[in-house]
Amino acid sequence: MANLRIEQLNKRYGATTVLNNVNLSIEDGEFVVLVGPSGCGKSTLLRMIAGLDGASGGDIHIAGKLVNALAPAERGIAMVFQSYALYPHMNVRKNMTFGLKFTGVPPTERERRVAEAARMLRLEELLERYPRDLSGGQRQRVAIGRAIVREPAVFLFDEPLSNLDAALRVSTRVEIANLHRLLKSTIVYVTHDQVEAMTLADRIVVMNKGRIEQVGKPLDLYYEPANLFVAGFIGSPAMNFFEAEVEGIEGGRARVAGTAFRNLDIPAGSLKVGDALTVGVRPEHLVRGEAGFFAAEGVVELVERLGEASFAYLRRVDGRMFVAEVRGRQTPAPGETMTLVAASPDVHVFDASGLRVAT
Amino acid sequence: MTTDQRARSIGVHLVLIAYSLLAVGPILLVVMNSFKVRSAIFGSPLALPDASTFSLVGYEKVFRSSHILTYYSNSLIVTLVSMALVLLFGAMAAWALTEYRFRGSTALALFLSIGIMVPIRLGSVAILNMMRSAGLNDTLTALILVYVAQGLPMSIFILSEFIQQIPKDLRDAARCDGVPETRIFFEVVAPLLRPAIATVAVFTIVPIWNDLWFPLILTSSDSTHTVTLGVQQFLGQYITDWNSVLAALSMAILPVVVIYVILSRQLIAGLTSGAVK
Ligand SMILES: Nc1ncnc2c1ncn2[C@@H]1O[C@H](COP(=O)(O)OP(=O)(O)O)[C@@H](O)[C@H]1O
Ligand SMILES: [Mg+2]
Repeated sequence: MANLRIEQLNKRYGATTVLNNVNLSIEDGEFVVLVGPSGCGKSTLLRMIAGLDGASGGDIHIAGKLVNALAPAERGIAMVFQSYALYPHMNVRKNMTFGLKFTGVPPTERERRVAEAARMLRLEELLERYPRDLSGGQRQRVAIGRAIVREPAVFLFDEPLSNLDAALRVSTRVEIANLHRLLKSTIVYVTHDQVEAMTLADRIVVMNKGRIEQVGKPLDLYYEPANLFVAGFIGSPAMNFFEAEVEGIEGGRARVAGTAFRNLDIPAGSLKVGDALTVGVRPEHLVRGEAGFFAAEGVVELVERLGEASFAYLRRVDGRMFVAEVRGRQTPAPGETMTLVAASPDVHVFDASGLRVAT
Repeated sequence: MTTDQRARSIGVHLVLIAYSLLAVGPILLVVMNSFKVRSAIFGSPLALPDASTFSLVGYEKVFRSSHILTYYSNSLIVTLVSMALVLLFGAMAAWALTEYRFRGSTALALFLSIGIMVPIRLGSVAILNMMRSAGLNDTLTALILVYVAQGLPMSIFILSEFIQQIPKDLRDAARCDGVPETRIFFEVVAPLLRPAIATVAVFTIVPIWNDLWFPLILTSSDSTHTVTLGVQQFLGQYITDWNSVLAALSMAILPVVVIYVILSRQLIAGLTSGAVK
């Protein structure tokens, strides 16, 4: 168990920069999820923590020790791969003990650890089987077991659930959460699935194009996204965005106007007349109404019924679309014109560079 | 199966059967006739040996008048040692060339691929001189060295292809597990290369076992002759002792057939893997 500190980390392949000045501090026992679109450098960051890829610049400290020059096995980490990477020619028991031979764990201790991991992961019946005779979920548990027996300070997971079907993904997610509760170890977990990120993480790190966009508790990211990217990435369906402009400033309040919604007032702060802004509202925060802090009109084009809620896709006056969640059994009919309103805490405003503006 | 598919499949099988007959026919002919008396070999070469024509005279003569057992063991030693070295060094080199980027690795890979294109026999004279000056003339070591050089480029080429198909995550997992590089090669990579190794083994063994050229120029005494060279002593300029020739040839064929049967399942897995998937 250990904390993890990453400072000024850079990674370049030739001319392309894959990681750009990454700084991140992870507490002992924390479950941190790296999330971001595919290709944003999540795996690269994880592999650099593991020591599988070298850095082009910057430092990594694990448990207060600089590990830049250490081999993966000396860093006190264990990694679970998306492909599971089980040794195909070894049975489950051998898969778990193979690595321990080389790190000086005595045979009786190896057996004890395997027995314990097998009990924890319900693998007892499978110990003599080969990976090819296991289901996807079982392979996944073996891969986790192989990491557990190493008793690492930090667990690294790279999209461990993405090869599982939907039902199994949910149950394995719960299992991983339980495991973290039991082991209390530091976990860095990579995924591109925001539901996984929200449900598992103590803190989420949102990455984009090799940079960290925001680090925070799941609900903080949801309710107070620091920038446009995080606002659009967290939440499903994604946040609706409306182009806007500062029309006037009076008595410390700025009047924000746009073609597709009614004018609204926010604290002026350092805004100037004519500044371009983006106003964002999540579909689930829009309700039918006449007047509110935020109000927009649209013509319903399509309704997606999911059961507990439905999503109405509306055409705005400026021709673009936005989405509103509708609760209950009565759904709007296509062609109907709706006015949707949102309360002030649910309205996000971003400036021209994409940064959040206080509302 | 529709009739159209059935017709196609029958057609394919006819071609395969014809090809098999063509390939196996001469071998059967040699083996069959090696058990017949001389007159029957020429009188009815296509007939099976029967009570009146059956004879082991060829085998008797081979064992009596030549050092067949020495030749045999020479062939076995040369073939097996060469094969073992080609497989070991071939797999190691293939691993190094695909896994590690080092100064000159591309140049080295290119250099090795030249070895596939240029037949080693072009260098016969130079090889002979080299072996002479190294004092290796007329030794099995000389043959083994030549065959290893001959077999390596192709085996590196084939094994590299297979190594590239092994998921990179496996080796990364082993590194996280703290497995040393040599053990990753021998205990994680090599076991997964089994089908490929069987393929390379057969492709390496057959030309070495059958080679006449290098034993002819590099060995001069009975104690270093191989089977293929040994058989030649029954082929005279004026009279050829066909009984003995056929008997010796039959014996020369046997080990290759045995090895092929042992490795064939692995071989087929090796030849077709990668094609599907
Ligand atoms: N060995 C490599 N050489 C060049 N570019 C690479 C290499 N490995 C990864 N990249 C690039 O780095 C970027 C980040 O990759 P990765 O970390 O795998 O993304 P993800 O967030 O999907 O896990 C990608 O654009 C990828 O093309
Ligand atoms: Mg990835």
